[in-house]
Amino acid sequence: MAIDMTALHSALDQLCDPEIPVVSLREMGILRDVKVLSNSVEVVITPTYSGCPAMEQIHDDILLTLKQLGVTGHVTTQLAPAWTTDWMTSSAREKLKAYGIAPPQCQSPDTSQVMHFIRRVPAELIECPRCGSSNTTITSAFGSTACKALCKCLSCQEPFDYFKPY
Amino acid sequence: MLAPQLPLVLHLADNALVLGQRNAEWCGHAPVLEEDIALANHSLDLIGQARLLYQHAAQLMGEGHTEDSLAYLRDAPAFRNFTLLELPHHGPLAANSESDRDFATTLVRNFLYSAWALGMWTRLTQGNDPQLAAIAAKAIKETRYHWQHASDWVVRLGDGTSESQRRAQAAVNHLMPYTQEFWAPLAHEQAALHIGVSLQETQFLSEWNLLIAAVLEQANLTRPSDGGFLSSGNHGIHSEHMTYLLSEMQSLARAHPHAVW
Repeated sequence: MAIDMTALHSALDQLCDPEIPVVSLREMGILRDVKVLSNSVEVVITPTYSGCPAMEQIHDDILLTLKQLGVTGHVTTQLAPAWTTDWMTSSAREKLKAYGIAPPQCQSPDTSQVMHFIRRVPAELIECPRCGSSNTTITSAFGSTACKALCKCLSCQEPFDYFKPY
Repeated sequence: MLAPQLPLVLHLADNALVLGQRNAEWCGHAPVLEEDIALANHSLDLIGQARLLYQHAAQLMGEGHTEDSLAYLRDAPAFRNFTLLELPHHGPLAANSESDRDFATTLVRNFLYSAWALGMWTRLTQGNDPQLAAIAAKAIKETRYHWQHASDWVVRLGDGTSESQRRAQAAVNHLMPYTQEFWAPLAHEQAALHIGVSLQETQFLSEWNLLIAAVLEQANLTRPSDGGFLSSGNHGIHSEHMTYLLSEMQSLARAHPHAVW
């Protein structure tokens, strides 16, 4: 039986990151490839952080989707090239912001440049996802999940999550 | 024949797991909630790195080894982590992790080690073991945050109150001698050469010295002489603290050897 790839892609596009349920796996850059083998498919995913606890859930969600469509297939995890927040689409960034998470503000820090958590430098100004003010501060380097820092807006006083550049 | 890079992969895995276990001991005990979360997240990264490295090692070894058998069913002499990483969170504290923990000791250790790890992961991304290079490319992104977190805290503590300065300096004095193990002899230089990675000591050490010196200076901390006793965890000869750490970490897996969840 031929695999209906259009249906498969649209079903996979519905799957969200379990920890950020407004952004799809594809928009996050976690879903890397869908390969058609002779009688089955191989779905390739890549982890965000090495210890991301959502990967098993993502793996299971994909298998369930395949099963529901009656497609035989398996999921493989690929590490290289390493996931980066640069792969997040602009629509994903908008959705994050609407959800209350400030999207990464700079390119992946693949040079020696990384954000400072205590001594702020102007280039790292983070906009509050609620009121848009740049008058914000980082409360904690590490937040509710591995990929986020905890911030506070000094204008509207609301705390918010910041998706760290990776 | 065993893969020549295996000792290096296990060494890196053991480093990540043991430090991950130590930092996780702060979970529920850190001085402020934000640092509780930060250290737990730091551990999550390290344990994630350890899993990827153990999976790779198990594949190189074959013969039924798994990430779990390597992490949970080996005894202390089989572990090849640096002694620095297994020490409790307080200089004079013996063996178990239950009594007073010193936040400065934890952060100074993360500071000294993550500076080394930055250099190591950078080199390994260039190696010709593709799986190890892929792990390194992820680990380096995480290590940059660990380094930044630790070095920011070293400055904050060293350049803070007289009490935080005293504790930070005591931690530097206590831990610095253990960093000799990073370089003498340089861990797994031969194993790395087999996968096309040069760990040439002078270059690596001078990069590390530069990173450390700049932060210590900002933090008003003095670098002690680091001569004397040379620790040997990297050769499987550990401090008295290691078996306590493992017995806590491995107890569940050993009591229920076939448990899955």
